[in-house]
Amino acid sequence: MLKEIRIHGRGGQGVVTAAELLAVAAFEDGKYAQAFPTFTSERMGAPVQSFVRIADHKVRARNQIYEPDFLIIQDYTLIGAVDLLKGLKPDGLVIVDTEKNPEEVGLKTKARILTIPASRIAMEILGRPIQNTTLMGAFAGATGLISLEAIKRSVMERFPGELGKKNVAAVEKAYELLKGAKND
Amino acid sequence: MKKVIEGSMAVAEAVKVCRPHVISAYPITPQTHIVENLSQFVADGDLKSQFVNVESEFGAASVILGASATGARAYSTTTSQGLLLMTEVLFNIAGLRFPVVITCTNRAVSAPINIWNDQQDVMTIRDSGWILLFAEDNQEAADMHLQAFKIGEHPEIMLPVMVNMDGFILTHAFEPIEFIDQKMADEFLPPYKPELYLTTKNPLTFGILAEPDWYMETRYRLQKAIEASSDMIEEVADQFKKTFGRYQGGLVEKYRLDGAETVIVSMGSVVGTIKEVADELRDKGKKVGVLKIRAFRPFPKEAIYDALKNVKNVIVMEKAISLGATGILYDEIKAALYGKPSQPKISGFIAGLGGRDIPKESIMKVIEKGEAGISDNVFVDLKENLIGGK
Repeated sequence: MLKEIRIHGRGGQGVVTAAELLAVAAFEDGKYAQAFPTFTSERMGAPVQSFVRIADHKVRARNQIYEPDFLIIQDYTLIGAVDLLKGLKPDGLVIVDTEKNPEEVGLKTKARILTIPASRIAMEILGRPIQNTTLMGAFAGATGLISLEAIKRSVMERFPGELGKKNVAAVEKAYELLKGAKND
Repeated sequence: MKKVIEGSMAVAEAVKVCRPHVISAYPITPQTHIVENLSQFVADGDLKSQFVNVESEFGAASVILGASATGARAYSTTTSQGLLLMTEVLFNIAGLRFPVVITCTNRAVSAPINIWNDQQDVMTIRDSGWILLFAEDNQEAADMHLQAFKIGEHPEIMLPVMVNMDGFILTHAFEPIEFIDQKMADEFLPPYKPELYLTTKNPLTFGILAEPDWYMETRYRLQKAIEASSDMIEEVADQFKKTFGRYQGGLVEKYRLDGAETVIVSMGSVVGTIKEVADELRDKGKKVGVLKIRAFRPFPKEAIYDALKNVKNVIVMEKAISLGATGILYDEIKAALYGKPSQPKISGFIAGLGGRDIPKESIMKVIEKGEAGISDNVFVDLKENLIGGK
């Protein structure tokens, strides 16, 4: 088993942290994981990507991910600005942070699209529109590839104390919203 | 304990258990989190070490030179332009036979400015007398630091060692890392006790003028020492395996060479991707193997010939070039096979310069080309529209 995830967002949205925490969580679940950013000069607001590989064996490949199984789109405004769907597997899955319905987001793909108002959830619970941890909950719920418990632990480890608890609340809410959604 | 951590953190943790007395760093961009983490360990009291923030990379190298002269275990890390600025001092460190360790998080050199990965930087000091090791993944990079100090500090070697790991690709990647237990590290790497060091109790001079009557013999002895380190690199890798249970190869690592007709030779993180490609091709019945060069200096020409003598096609893929000549590893692989009874076809490919990604498809194409005939100095995945083509 090897699953590849590509996360799209903008500089400052925690795209790299999301990849890191997904890898930590997958490893907590007993899987092998690798996460790495695309390497651009860091600029706030510029389109950025990060990558995660989750497998039941050691991951040796170091190349970027060209045919992802999963896309996580942290910033809705990237749609139309960046070729987000490039290489996405036809039986893959896209998770977009938006208030809109999947058919309204303007992504043409055979792959399944799921939407979740992650920024709003983050705003409500964290008081800031930093949607990366919320989307991790959504990813865990939708795919079942990573357990909710592992995501929560990785978030708490990274953000100890009150901040972590709030993030976990956002993770849980998103998890429930998209739980089992891939198979609906 | 195994945890998913960043490559830079994995190296910092490994350097910590080596108990360096002195760490120098110049926090230029591009620097890595390695020294950032180490300075944190020192500030938190988790590592008893003198952390010296210097004014330049030249200063960073000079500090570890001086520290090592007094008998201290000394460490620094750099990359790219920083390594170039260190160059003069690095030749001195080797000539003085000071067994310091530097991590080079390999990156491209200017101009144009490019902060991304390739291995051109380290090639600048290829001829300096340093032992140059290359890591494929972050566990190997971390483990290599303990091995580096042990090899370099051996009384019969007394040479500086550079651990090379691909910048960004490894330094910024998160993957599971086995932490190194301090007690086991202490057993594996006892305190550094050089025979000679600077002390007021027994005044000595290092590195004084050597006139024509003397100089050449110092270079000869340097050459003999680095040649002797070949056996030490193998031995230390075996000892590491005994202590920690991990083995990533000695001078080279042979991967799926049994009956291989085509072998790709490379160094660093791209070897991981090449191994995946080799597996895929083996599944299709193609006899492809991989030869990983772990030690570039000393250059393991016997091990290389031994690994390649029954092969039809040798394909060298590297992230550096001697401009005006050819791929550097390519040239040296050819030299290692010169005049030998067995003469495989040897092709050379330059790939991944300045952070250009090397996808599996590109490696497949390189293999096809290398099997079809001899390719010399081929740049992989060039964009024709940027070089005056269509």
